[in-house]
This record gives sequence, C-alpha cells and structure tokens, in this order.
Amino acid sequence: MKLTDISNDINEWFSGSGPLADVVISSRIRLARNLAQHKFLSRCSTTEKSQILKKLKTTLMSLDLGEKVFYLSVDKADALNKRFLVERHLISRHHAFGEGPRGVVIAEQQSFTAMINEEDHLRMLVLKGGLQLTICGKQINRIDDMIERNVDYAFSTRYGYLTACPTNLGTGIRVSVMLHLPALKLTGQIEKFFNAAKDMNLAVRGLFGEGTEAAGDFYQLSNQATLGVSEADIIRQFEKTTIPEVVEYENAARNQLLANQSDILDDKISRAMALLKNARLISSHEALFLLSHLRLGINMRNHMGASTPAIKNLCGPSNLDNPRGPSIKTINRLFMVTLPAHLQLNYGKALEPADRDLLRAKIIRSALNAEDKTNQ
Amino acid sequence: MDGVRTEMHLCELCAAEQGIAVKSQIPLNELLSSLLAAEAEDSDSADSSKEVQACPHCGFSLDQFRKHGVLGCPYDYEVFEKSLLPLIEKAHDGRTTHRGKVPSKTPQDTKKQMEVLTLRQQLEEAVRKENYELAAKLRDKIKKSEE
Repeated sequence: MKLTDISNDINEWFSGSGPLADVVISSRIRLARNLAQHKFLSRCSTTEKSQILKKLKTTLMSLDLGEKVFYLSVDKADALNKRFLVERHLISRHHAFGEGPRGVVIAEQQSFTAMINEEDHLRMLVLKGGLQLTICGKQINRIDDMIERNVDYAFSTRYGYLTACPTNLGTGIRVSVMLHLPALKLTGQIEKFFNAAKDMNLAVRGLFGEGTEAAGDFYQLSNQATLGVSEADIIRQFEKTTIPEVVEYENAARNQLLANQSDILDDKISRAMALLKNARLISSHEALFLLSHLRLGINMRNHMGASTPAIKNLCGPSNLDNPRGPSIKTINRLFMVTLPAHLQLNYGKALEPADRDLLRAKIIRSALNAEDKTNQ
Repeated sequence: MDGVRTEMHLCELCAAEQGIAVKSQIPLNELLSSLLAAEAEDSDSADSSKEVQACPHCGFSLDQFRKHGVLGCPYDYEVFEKSLLPLIEKAHDGRTTHRGKVPSKTPQDTKKQMEVLTLRQQLEEAVRKENYELAAKLRDKIKKSEE
C-alpha cells in the first residue's frame, strides 16, 4: 500500500460520523508500552533500537486485526511522507522527526496505528469518529492482549506499565477527544472551557497535538493523570461526564448565537462561503478558519434545524446548482486534503508555499462551486 | 497516628449507624490503620533507600532526567524512587500506586496482592466519601480475597 492510495480521501474517523459528531470529531485512545529486558530509548544504542523494532514489527505484523496492515519505515521515509503521516494523525511529530531506527504499523482503514520507537518502545492508538471511547478502549485492550502473548512488557506491581516519562506511568493510557468548538470561540467563552479543563487536570491541545495551535476551532482534550486510576474509570469519566458537558456548553453557545447574535453568525458564514468560493490564493490557516464556520453552519442546520439567511444559502434549497449544499463529509475532506503535505503528495511533488496557496484555493473552489467542478 | 485513629473511630460509628458494623468481622478502622501503616512503611523504606548517582543497569543519572525529561531504563523507577516519587505524585493527582490493567503473565499471587491493594484504596475512598454501604461491600471483598 502506498501513501498516495489514502492521501486523496479521509480516514473513516474524520468523516463526520459517530455519536455527537457535530461537536466531537473523533475519539482516540493511546497506550504506551515498553519491553522488559531493554533500556528506554534514550539509553539504547542503534543496535538495541533495531532489535526492539524488529521484535515489535514482527509481532504487530502477525496479529489478526481483521483488516490488512502495512508497515512503513519512518527513519527511511522522506520528509513529505513524514509530514503527511503527521497531518493524518498516524504518527506524532516526535516520531516523524526523531532519530534512529523506527517505524509505524498502520491498519488499512487507519483506525489503528502503532508507532515503534517513539518516546516509548511502543505507542499504539485506536481512533473512531464521534464519541466512541468505550469501543476504542475495548479494541486497543484486545490488541494489547494479543501483543502481550508475544512479548514481555516492563511492568511493576506498584507503578504499573513503566514508561520513559513518569507522566505516562501506570496505565500508559491517553484518552483524547477532538472537539470542534466554533460557537464557544465566537461567543468569547472558550477561556471558560480552558479553565474548566485545567481544573480537571485535563490537557487541551490543538489539531496536531502538543504545542500546536487550535487551528479551525479544533481542540483535543486529553487526560493527564495515568497512574492510580483504571483505564475503565478514565474512559467512563470522559465518555459519560466530561465530553457530554463540553458538548452541552458548545450547543448552548450555538443556541445563544442563534437567539441573540444571528447577524454575527450569518456574517461569519457568508464571509467564509464568499471567500472560499472565490479566493485565488488561500493559506492553510485561513482555510481551516473559514471551513470551520461553514462546518458550524451546516451542523446548526442538520442538528438544530437552524435556518438563518446565511445557513439557508449555504445548505440550499435555493441554490439550484447545488441543491443540498456541501455535506459535512465534504467539509471535513477539505480540512484534510488542503493541508500542506496532503496537497503536495496528491500533486506529486513538493510545492512552494505560494503555489500551495494557489492549488488549495482551486481545490476548495472546485468542491464548493458546481461551475468549478465542471471546469476541473 | 492518634489523629488518624480518632477519624477512623468516627467513621466506624457512622458505619454502625448505617447498620453495617454488626456484620463487621474486620473493623473499618483497623483496616484503614493497617493500610496507612503500610503506606508509612513504604515511605520509610523510600527514605532509607540508597539513592545512587547513576543507575547500575543503564548508567543514567537524575541530572540527565532533569535535562531530557525521560528515564534511561525501567529500573530507574526503583533506583531513583525517592527523587521521582514527589514528581509522580504531582503528575498523577496525588496517586502513586497502579490501578487497572495487569499483564496476564503476572503470577496469580501478585495479581491477588494487587487486587487487595486496589480494594483497600477503594475502601479508603468510600470511607472518605462516607459511602458506608460500598465500604462494607469492599471490606467483605477484601476479607474474602485474603482468606
């Protein structure tokens, strides 16, 4: 399997499906594991790293995951492919631009990925669309059990699974939910969300994880404590309490926009549509920002029955060329395929930023204008 | 210890009011006292542990940890336990003992010990939250596990 086989479409978990998908983009659970009888990677020689890689690669490739898996050598991959994998959330930036022998095993549907020799020997994750943490938890636990039959993990009765960084100790679990919170941002309440997360000792990150900005009003909320609380309790707390509360806040903000600030809402949606349908040059950041407002408008129509002038215009039926307007899947696809590495991989070669902006604008116009579609 | 005992005694009284103390074979205060004593012993042993400059297994030092934020090998958790413990406690909301998944290869005895430890922690939490019905159930489970 080549990366270009998957680069022009979107992962199942990013397609806009699943419970509470108007606010919850995806659910992700990651487990960190290390092999007993080996040092952590900071003290491993290249030879030892190669041994770990070989052992884990062989184990992972032999598992019955119910779908095909492929392996990619990250240390040998070129920079563009590595950036693509990061944009797809299939590997971390740390893994992409780290050092030494390392690789990734990816399931064909991209809902499972296992990074070998990242910060820990093994970091595997399961992703699903919408709020589906319990299912993610069951799947990753099953995969972890299968791996454990073939290897010995570093484990202590007191500290649980031993990880290179003490912050991942214990369960080694990181539960992350990617949220789209445009109304909290537009109504100036996003700080409340940040403060609430901080009070609960949860981390808020941007679209691409640690250290990234919240582009396109996407935020990743994750647990920080991993020791002394079971996997099941962490998952339950997120799925039954924390995330539904955030969704409620966002929906309240959407209702507030509709009731008291519909002019502002309409202005944002109309401007976004006008710019995206007509711009000739558009940066990645601007595209994320504007697509976020379209996504908000479509979801408010689909889930709240909102029908302001701008939402009507965006979703039809008055637009005869495109009677139903763009779907959430179309918008999500545009979010993904207009990212820098996606653009270049699909184009077939590296592009200068200005050329990328030109190509990005063209792809967006094509998707949003029936006229442009026929011209392509 | 006196303060703790007083607190536990009150809890038992409350438990009695709920009508669960009559079934008690192991009083809640004794269970909790032993749990706290076990914890104290743990911290004593950590105090007296011989913390070395470099890990004999991987040659890693705490200075390197401070610089890079990652450890050198699994043994570092034992070797540098005294220094790491406050950090672990801070990173994990004050918790320092694993709860949750255990590798299936773990010997049955060890699994049982971990299970009892977890139950004791749950019991402590239940008493703190004054959930005496749950506390009684946990106490019975602990008793059964230890038989």
